[in-house]
Amino acid sequence: MPRITMREAISQALWEEMERDTRVFIMGEEVGVWGGSYAVTKGFYDHFGAERVKDTPISEATIIGAAIGAALTGLRPVAELMTINFAFSAFEHIVNQAAKLHYMFAGQMVLPLVIRTVGGGGRQLAATHSQTPDVVFAHFPGLKVVAPGTPEDAKGLLKSAIRSDDPILFIESATLYQSRGEVAEGENLIPIGKSKIQRPGKDVTIVSYSKMLETSMKAADQLAQEGIEVEIVDLRTLRPLDMEPVLESFKKTNRAVIVEEGWRSYGVGAEVSARIYEEAFDYVDAPIQRVAQKEVPLPYNRNLEQLALPQVEDVVKAVKEVL
Amino acid sequence: MAQIVSMPKLGFDMAEGTLVRWVANEGENITKGSVLAEIETDKATVEVESTYTGVLLRQLVQQGAVVPINDPIAVIGEAGEEINIEALLEKTAGSEKSTTVEKPAVGEAVQSAAVLPAPSSETPAGIAGGLHASPLARSIAAEMGVDLRMVRGTGPGGRITKKDIASYQVKAPEPEMAKTPSVLPVPLAAPSIEFIRETRRLPLPKLRAVIGRRMTESMQQAPHFYVTHEYDVGALVDRRKEINTLLSEDDKLSVNDFIVRAVALTLLEYPNLNASLDLKNNALIYHGEINIGVAVAVENGLLTVVNRNTDQKTVHQISSELKVMVNRARVGKVRPEDIEGSTFTVSNLGMYEVDQFTAIINPPEAAILAVGSARQVPTVTNGEIRIGTRMKATLSVDHRISDGAEGARFLQSLVKFIEEPLRLLI
Repeated sequence: MPRITMREAISQALWEEMERDTRVFIMGEEVGVWGGSYAVTKGFYDHFGAERVKDTPISEATIIGAAIGAALTGLRPVAELMTINFAFSAFEHIVNQAAKLHYMFAGQMVLPLVIRTVGGGGRQLAATHSQTPDVVFAHFPGLKVVAPGTPEDAKGLLKSAIRSDDPILFIESATLYQSRGEVAEGENLIPIGKSKIQRPGKDVTIVSYSKMLETSMKAADQLAQEGIEVEIVDLRTLRPLDMEPVLESFKKTNRAVIVEEGWRSYGVGAEVSARIYEEAFDYVDAPIQRVAQKEVPLPYNRNLEQLALPQVEDVVKAVKEVL
Repeated sequence: MAQIVSMPKLGFDMAEGTLVRWVANEGENITKGSVLAEIETDKATVEVESTYTGVLLRQLVQQGAVVPINDPIAVIGEAGEEINIEALLEKTAGSEKSTTVEKPAVGEAVQSAAVLPAPSSETPAGIAGGLHASPLARSIAAEMGVDLRMVRGTGPGGRITKKDIASYQVKAPEPEMAKTPSVLPVPLAAPSIEFIRETRRLPLPKLRAVIGRRMTESMQQAPHFYVTHEYDVGALVDRRKEINTLLSEDDKLSVNDFIVRAVALTLLEYPNLNASLDLKNNALIYHGEINIGVAVAVENGLLTVVNRNTDQKTVHQISSELKVMVNRARVGKVRPEDIEGSTFTVSNLGMYEVDQFTAIINPPEAAILAVGSARQVPTVTNGEIRIGTRMKATLSVDHRISDGAEGARFLQSLVKFIEEPLRLLI
């Protein structure tokens, strides 16, 4: 199987879907002539043309508003927001329109809309451009939130997202584009809303996703040298949240650490640990630990930024805490 | 670092306990496991052991105080350590409720005010006293029938985790079991309170209140019927005498020890009388163990000590185990496991020279056997009057669970064990 980067995997998914279905088109800031700020759509403009690879004004509300209109009238837009931090400018359209239209109008229309965006910190882009507000969007019923952590999942999930009739926020991690993984050639659709065990183990369950999956994997490698076998469950989708593999794993290990890049308060860790306590209380052998970003606007200074973001050592420490 | 000791939860339904006596004084050195105080619950007086090693810095409640479970009762720390009670409790709990505490008598610097916030009802991690075990440890222990109080916790803050239960070995009978001290004298005559020519009003002792509640519940809810049978216990009395010549003074068997085993063996044939009614769910619970409760007279009332899996034990074993528990009950040191889990009860007033009596069922059991004295009486055998030894026993049965015929057959089946006591020894 070829080992390709996350960037290539996402690019392949888009390319294949655009080839497959002429209703699929891309719109966003610099996605056309420039090839995307993260070079995901490089070459698309020349191949598919300006009609299907649309550069837009710098106005996120306009991008999402127009994409919603296009989706309602039968197209299958993939709208790109340069970073998730800009999604706040389109918040009304995303959570009040996209997430609700199907429900508000008694299911008369569907909304096959994919919003691709980029989240996460660690690239010294300072507080306003480095956020991980995934849970903010996952809070709203009606919107699906997907956040893959491997190239294979990114490709399979994005293809499923484009074929879905529901509005989907597809969050990529800025620091994962270069990460490599094996991706099978050809069609490999991965269903949205299914968590996956990315690494089997028996001592502690780590629940994570996206960039922090990589961090957790490194921590697991380190812990394995000390004889601690960590099982890692990758959520892959925050809404709908698939707890089944998490609970199954937890009932085996009785201990869990939840690792997320966003802030701890009201976070993924809060939600997942609450569900474990609710549904597997009698299997709890130690208080569940959460690893997350320090509760500050992320500093620009490189050292401070790294201190604020969850690191491999933080995960290792948390795992030892629950053992 | 100073640690708070809280009122432990010693029984399933314990909500509060009376601290009847401080065993350790302020300023005294305490090691983990040493007794701090005695606590009286609904059912028994129990010793509270320290989960920490250090110096008893403060007693937070006075003797006689009624303390809700998990409320702090003492502070243990290092000698001369400055303690800030409020901060200590804040750290572990944080609740608005406050109770007044006595001023400390010891000399060390104490910064706390006289007002002490009580912790919330749930025990936060790190607070000792209450059972500190993970939910998993609790569910495994319940499944395996492991008494968590016997397990040493090695998790954070002394928490009992799965690992601790796995490494906990069910120890063979404790040494005191093997030693079998002789039973303390039964209070045969002495009335429990002196007569005074003046009308007085005294608070109802806790134990009396509990007995009252349970017996009223039983009499009001369970329709009792009674069946009496007279047994020829000549052989049993002779056999006992014979066996007792082989045993040391401390080790002698009582008639009741034989009867308890006889009842257990008979119950194997009558699972319906080793059952409980679950009215809420319209179900009958047939217990998988035969645990015989034996009623024991104690000061201010009676307790039922429980011999577990009686059908699988020898008379001698039953006797030794009962002696240990009866002694604990009589000195007010009964343990919760001594008095919980019986499936059938035997009440024997034989030592008081009673011909026969009827007993109230110990809920939620199905029946109770009331045993009278073994006495010499004229008997008729083959048309001839002889001197025989007879004992009457009356079975009280919950009519919701069983009927007269079954009660009568049970007493009949008991005959072969009581009248042919060799059967009890095989």
